[in-house]
Amino acid sequence: MGLRIYAVLYLIFLYAPIALLPIFAFNDGTIIAFPLRGFTTEWFRQLTEIPALHGAVLNSLIIAVSSAVIATLLGICAARAATRFVFPGKKGIMGLIMLPLVLPEIIVAVSLLVVLLQLGLPLGAWTVVLGHVLICVPFSVAILNSAFQSLDVSLEEAAIDLGETRWSSFRLITLPLVMPGIISSLLISFTISLDEFIIAFFLTGTDPTLPVYLWGQLRFPQKIPVVMALGTLLVLASVILLAVAEYVRRRGAARTGQRDTGGLM
Amino acid sequence: MSDTGSRPRAGRGEAARGALLVGPPFLYALLLLAVPLGAIGLFSFWTQDYLTLDTTLTLKNYREAFTEPLYMQLLLRSLMISGAVTVATVLLAFPVAYYVSFHVRPERKAMWIFLITIPFWTSYLIRVFLWKVILGFNGVINTTLQGIGIIDEPLRFILYNANAVVITLAHAFAPFAILPIFVALEKIDRSLLEASRDLGETHVTTFLRVTLPLAMPGVVAAVLIVFIPTIGDYVTPRLVGGPNGLMIANMIQTQFLKLNNAPMGAALAVLAMAMVGAVSLVFLALTRRYLRGRG
Amino acid sequence: MKDTTGIDRPIIALQGVEKYYGDYQALRGITADIGAGEFFSLLGPSGCGKTTLLRTIAGFEAPSAGRLSIDGRDMSRVPANRRPTNMVFQSYAIFPHLSVAENVGFGLRRSALSKEENSRRVGEALEMVGLGGYGSRAAHALSGGQRQRVALARALILKPKVLLLDEPLSALDRKLRETMQMELRKLQRQVGITFVLVTHDQEEALIMSDRIAVMFDGQIAQLDDPQTLYRRPVSRQVADFIGVMNFLPAQAEAQEGRQVAVTIPGLGRAEIDAEQVPGGLHPGQAASVGIRPETMSILFAGEETERRVAQATVEDLAYYGDMTYYTVRMRGVDAPLTISMKNLVGRPVLARGTETRVAWDARSLVLFA
Repeated sequence: MGLRIYAVLYLIFLYAPIALLPIFAFNDGTIIAFPLRGFTTEWFRQLTEIPALHGAVLNSLIIAVSSAVIATLLGICAARAATRFVFPGKKGIMGLIMLPLVLPEIIVAVSLLVVLLQLGLPLGAWTVVLGHVLICVPFSVAILNSAFQSLDVSLEEAAIDLGETRWSSFRLITLPLVMPGIISSLLISFTISLDEFIIAFFLTGTDPTLPVYLWGQLRFPQKIPVVMALGTLLVLASVILLAVAEYVRRRGAARTGQRDTGGLM
Repeated sequence: MSDTGSRPRAGRGEAARGALLVGPPFLYALLLLAVPLGAIGLFSFWTQDYLTLDTTLTLKNYREAFTEPLYMQLLLRSLMISGAVTVATVLLAFPVAYYVSFHVRPERKAMWIFLITIPFWTSYLIRVFLWKVILGFNGVINTTLQGIGIIDEPLRFILYNANAVVITLAHAFAPFAILPIFVALEKIDRSLLEASRDLGETHVTTFLRVTLPLAMPGVVAAVLIVFIPTIGDYVTPRLVGGPNGLMIANMIQTQFLKLNNAPMGAALAVLAMAMVGAVSLVFLALTRRYLRGRG
Repeated sequence: MKDTTGIDRPIIALQGVEKYYGDYQALRGITADIGAGEFFSLLGPSGCGKTTLLRTIAGFEAPSAGRLSIDGRDMSRVPANRRPTNMVFQSYAIFPHLSVAENVGFGLRRSALSKEENSRRVGEALEMVGLGGYGSRAAHALSGGQRQRVALARALILKPKVLLLDEPLSALDRKLRETMQMELRKLQRQVGITFVLVTHDQEEALIMSDRIAVMFDGQIAQLDDPQTLYRRPVSRQVADFIGVMNFLPAQAEAQEGRQVAVTIPGLGRAEIDAEQVPGGLHPGQAASVGIRPETMSILFAGEETERRVAQATVEDLAYYGDMTYYTVRMRGVDAPLTISMKNLVGRPVLARGTETRVAWDARSLVLFA
């Protein structure tokens, strides 16, 4: 019982900051503190009137979609190789691919920055994508590994035995069965890229991403309520994306009769 | 039963197909991670004077890092804060993982894990900023406590110092600590615990002699996955750390983007990684010895 | 290796097939013919290479040396998806995202049949395995036995020349397994297709097969019909793997004609036919005789026999309901012997320590020399 109370308190601790977001987003006061001053939707209205913000959102969306697609494609290759094949140097290769999971993001950011600057390449959205793909791939591999792992090797062999080629059996059998994992990977990678700050901060050049734009706004106290409104929308978007990812994963598991085991990671 | 399990699958054709498949992600990681990391290493032995880069190899940056008190202070403080964050996060997370694994009904476990991971996926920047709101001078905690008359003056020790950094990071890394421990606990065969009880152990001694040693791989993973990335955190010290809560990442950023001294920044980055690497290895060796001592 | 049973027409011909995985040799020169329309089993313990051999026939493993031909056609350049074989996998490999009908009709995709023809054939195949009307079910909602039937229908719908079955019954519980053994046998006779079954269960192999290849260590130790295999095993290893056999040390000496004289300490001297030495006589080597438990009998009070009799003491017994297995110690014999007796009406179950007489017959001896 004590443990249960503790777990609930811990959940409150986890959710406390996010719970404050909508409270201040609708609070009719420029100072972010209690007591509250009354209800307003003014901050949300202001969001629609900031062209710089809209540019940042668009920039972030382009980067997040590109990163998610590339990371998932690379993740499919790595996860299938890791779960299905034995090849020389497997441990080291997979280790390197998964390394960004534990590497501080600032290290990834500065090392990429150094190389890009030395090569004289211009910074921009595409350099952010390069970095984001790097940190999204480990998550993609982790998700897809479990998708590929729960797949019986005999399934593809059975398709080949029934006349299909290697590729068509992959397309007809493996792909549909790992599709929930692929969708999860796309959504999670999209979310990571959309929220990522440090790498974007170092590599973005002149067009800021949404978090970089936000970072700039945090310095101006009078802009904080608008940031709160924006944050509310962002959290909402993340939660929706995650809920969709989780739903797809569970439906996929139910459809193929697998036991539902654990969450997104 | 059958000999399927013992059949090795490492035919030559299989190996070639595996290598071909892993090629693209491997090349990507090689070119955009391994090479840049190597470049950082190389850079740390170069020097920069405003706009001119001197590519003669020298230990000057490292000498400076070790002699300039500010750098050493930042590095050591980063290490201390990371350590404190790790201890706090893992200690706070273990009971939660234990609760979900042992006391939540199987069909509801996925829901709990989902609930625990959601906050992690929401904008990091905004979460950190909100901690500033919670802990601040006119923040939620102070105004609430003053409102109900527990304190007269706002508490100052909870914002713009290392405490605030530890609280905020412990929050940010919570799922990273919970998940590996949860996975390790899930793997424990429940009949082992019954066997231990059957052999005369109490709940507490069963936990200490069976559950905890078997959960250790998860705890070790949790420690590493929290400890290593936190040392490089930039946003949290910057927003809630105040001058005395700044960490090495803030200095690395300053060197790269403000002082235009990339080689010095690179040297600091290498040093920071070397320090976490060394501490992590020592930690791994210690836990391995602990586990072997038991086994 | 011995191949006595003549087959009309070989459908699969294996010649010196070898398979290496790195340094490990999984198959050490397999030579055998499998006849058209025959129910053929590969029997052996884990790791004996039986599954590797099956997968080699299916085309999932390429032999390192040797030749494999199916229906007179060399298979070395024919990939798995173009071989006239279909397989029932150990896990059944039912595609979990497809319905039962889509699973069964999976292999028809390439034949570009009309929709009607397609569903007619699927319906027929499902009828054949007793799953008529199950077509629209979700595959993952099936029971173990039903999955096995779907796997069968899916493989048979393509009318292969050979159906390969990789331990298809090992995942089923005992009752269902026994039912499926009879059904599979019936189905095979009905469709007339060659079945090649991999199993580690000797009883299953004996019940179902026309012929059985017993494999140890990547080689075929004996290839025979079930009766010959049981009654005339060529080696102690084969005899030990199939059923229960008592072994006693013996001296053997070839006589005139086809007779062999054996001297067994404790039982005495007997003359046996050369046919009872299936592995052949190797003078100078230590020999032993084998006796199946059911070929000896305990003589209960008052019973007389024409057969030879020896004195023994009941050392232990195991009561099985229909049978009692006695462990007896014979005077002058070092090893204990197992004797199985049917529990007929009025027949007592002897207690431990009872002195009794045991009858045996030289005709049931097998000599390993």
